[in-house]
Amino acid sequence: MSGQTRLTTGARAAATHTLHIDWTACDGRGLCTELLAGLLDRDEWGYPRALGYGSDVPVSAAEEEAAWDAVALCPRQALSLRAAPRG
Amino acid sequence: MSTPTLTAATRAVTDPPAPAGTRRLFAAGAPDLAHHAATFGPLPHPDSAALVDEVQAAGLAGRGGAAFPAWRKIASAQKRAGTRDRVVVIGNGAEGEPMSAKDATLLQRAPHLVIDGLLLAGAAVGATELYLYTGAAALASVRAATLERSDARGIVLREAPDSFISGEASAVIHSIEKGRAIPRDHVVRLTTSGLRGRPTLLHNVETLAHLALVARYGADWFRSVGSREEPGTRLFTVRAPDGLRVIEAAGGVSIAEAVSLAGVDPRGFSAVLVGGYHGGWVRSEHLGRPLTREALQEFGAAPGAGILMGLPVGSCGLTAAAQIARYLASQSARQCGPCVNGLPELASVLTRLASGRRDPGLPAEVRRLAGIVTGRGSCHHPDGTARFVLSTLTAFADDVEAHLAGHCLGGAA
Repeated sequence: MSGQTRLTTGARAAATHTLHIDWTACDGRGLCTELLAGLLDRDEWGYPRALGYGSDVPVSAAEEEAAWDAVALCPRQALSLRAAPRG
Repeated sequence: MSTPTLTAATRAVTDPPAPAGTRRLFAAGAPDLAHHAATFGPLPHPDSAALVDEVQAAGLAGRGGAAFPAWRKIASAQKRAGTRDRVVVIGNGAEGEPMSAKDATLLQRAPHLVIDGLLLAGAAVGATELYLYTGAAALASVRAATLERSDARGIVLREAPDSFISGEASAVIHSIEKGRAIPRDHVVRLTTSGLRGRPTLLHNVETLAHLALVARYGADWFRSVGSREEPGTRLFTVRAPDGLRVIEAAGGVSIAEAVSLAGVDPRGFSAVLVGGYHGGWVRSEHLGRPLTREALQEFGAAPGAGILMGLPVGSCGLTAAAQIARYLASQSARQCGPCVNGLPELASVLTRLASGRRDPGLPAEVRRLAGIVTGRGSCHHPDGTARFVLSTLTAFADDVEAHLAGHCLGGAA
């Protein structure tokens, strides 16, 4: 039982980075959902949700700057961003 | 492609013959070292690369539930051997699943085989630290076994708490490190960074016991029992009216055969939950299906850790499932929001459906909540729970309709 669940194989085109959500740290403050409104929604309890994705959300080049802001500003330090594997 | 050189190099003509038939892991018949040695002979010392090749040729898959190829994990850990961070090997015998008893039974009946496997895995990856993690009862048996031999003194024994998720890989690491068996966030494999950041090879104890046999008798022997998809034997835990029974059977036997081998009549069941509380239901008309991933896929089930829980004819599948869902919700480590909030809600909606609330929106609400929690936790507890409730709706679709119409096909309500 290691690794994260990948919900879809048809990853969003042009994803340059992956935004990882550490659910053990996140408590649904919602800042990331404001900074990345086009990418993240909130579920009924306030936790970030990207439709079709779980803990690892593909981020496009256009969203990258906002994603870095979300990582830096998350009050729970629950987010991390890493370069998406090529190919 | 098997490599006969391994067994030729490690087996002496005076060694006892390889076990025949499906009684392999329990072939010694008693847990002490004398019976173990008389049955299996001495611990071999194979070349590391040859052992990995042999395990690959054997097709040994992990027996903790995920069925990951055993050789792959060993090979990944081997790549880390010789670096500054020495590899850690952990034998995982935590069995939090209430319907599983096979790991504890194995450790109580054949502890030396598991110890052999742990030592072999350790030698193959140049490990300096070996751990065995299991519940209190099994741990006592392992402790007694380690005292019987001089090569097991270095194995560190750690007690697993009695919780559903205590055996989840990151919870195992967390427990050994900090004494709390709760999962943690992880973005890299354990073979890259596990216990205290060191590369960690974690195998289920049954996997290790099979490794000890493959190292002795080779891949061809391993494959001489079982099917192409499920080579070798495997342990199953079958629920009987008087408790749980553990059997060793050929891989790929049918659900009905496995249940019968445990002395339980499968005709008494309207369905069998395959793979435990994170598994899927298989209705009685399909109990002839072999216990392989391919044959069970359409039911959202897999052989997993070999758990077979029959639903007696005359009991309500929805009621049984709702009870399990409530248990699973109670077993959340309470770290991840979607799990903490979503699982109780999911269990509550399923309970309403089971108890005869005639709200036609309930099945859709179960599906919606299952979709919300899936993939959104640091471990697979929400995913497994969602899979289980979705399987319930599919397998008992007729009873869902009946409940919404005000009656129950199971007999009760």
